[in-house]
Amino acid sequence: MTAQDIGVFVFILIAGTLGTDIWRWLGVFGGKQLSEESEALVWVRSVATALVAGVIASQVLYPGGVLAGTPVTLRIGAAAAGFAVFLLLKKNMLAGIAVALAVLAIGLHLLGI
Amino acid sequence: MTDMLPEQSRRYWFVQGMKGLFSLPGFILMSAFVGFTALAFQSGLTRGEAAFLTFFVWALPSQMIVVGAISSGMGVLAAFLAVSLASIRMTPMVAALVPEIREKKTSSALLIFLSHFVAITAWVYTLKKVQDIPREGRLAFFAGLGITLTLVNTAIVFGLYGVVSQLPPIAAGTLYFLTPMYFVMSIWESARQPVIYWALALGVIIAPASHYVAPQIDMLVTGLVAGTFAYVIDRSRRRRAS
Repeated sequence: MTAQDIGVFVFILIAGTLGTDIWRWLGVFGGKQLSEESEALVWVRSVATALVAGVIASQVLYPGGVLAGTPVTLRIGAAAAGFAVFLLLKKNMLAGIAVALAVLAIGLHLLGI
Repeated sequence: MTDMLPEQSRRYWFVQGMKGLFSLPGFILMSAFVGFTALAFQSGLTRGEAAFLTFFVWALPSQMIVVGAISSGMGVLAAFLAVSLASIRMTPMVAALVPEIREKKTSSALLIFLSHFVAITAWVYTLKKVQDIPREGRLAFFAGLGITLTLVNTAIVFGLYGVVSQLPPIAAGTLYFLTPMYFVMSIWESARQPVIYWALALGVIIAPASHYVAPQIDMLVTGLVAGTFAYVIDRSRRRRAS
């Protein structure tokens, strides 16, 4: 059942709200047994990070809207330039984000978008 | 503060919590939600859907997954699993927060209600401040902070949706990019274990393959394959080190 079949709001409540709040509720009750250092939690954290990394990659590689028709090399280049600056300037997020967005904006401008 | 009645003290600390909106983490979060508004619009969500999603999920990674799931036609069960895998981290977060802020007479129902407002910004901020707050003011402080952050950012999404939808394409496209860039850098910056770097790198590398092989459930495949792979690499590294 996709969002189209059951409606976007129901989809959000089941996948989004329930999928997130269940874990918050569990924390109110039995969460103490789940140690931050346990092997299971290291795996969970690793899977969660990879999952979000995959979502980030999809947003760059397969964007919707106005970026959909733009060259993938521009989007990867902008993201890579921003991340490189972020690392070079000792994890300066503001600088990294600014460079990524600036490279993308200049590229879009040169493409006449 | 010691001469205040508990009721006055609670009101005072609720308002102190609300003021957290104007902190640096508060501003960073609001900027991220401006970006999320553009992402939601460009991905085809309506204004009401985007605001509803923000209030009733209140966790940006989950929200990104839901947006991706809706636009790619993912099934609700697979989306629920993907959101769950990204949200298990909430359990130890809430479990660490609750003993710090609850009083003996605090009801479980109230804690369940307030737990919805736990997300990384309010969590870090509350745990940092909690030592300087008297016990009876702590729950109120968190409630003031968490509820304010949630409501204001929901209002940002609702209010700016109209603005974002009118932006020239170059500005809209650039704003869309804010969310992925913000996320990849904030995960890298806040990583406390090497496994996070591995998971991030492998997730990005494996994502196109998952998209090609299993477009309907690509997020789940990427998370499980890259995450498990990163975990195995990290574990063998730790074993060698010890």
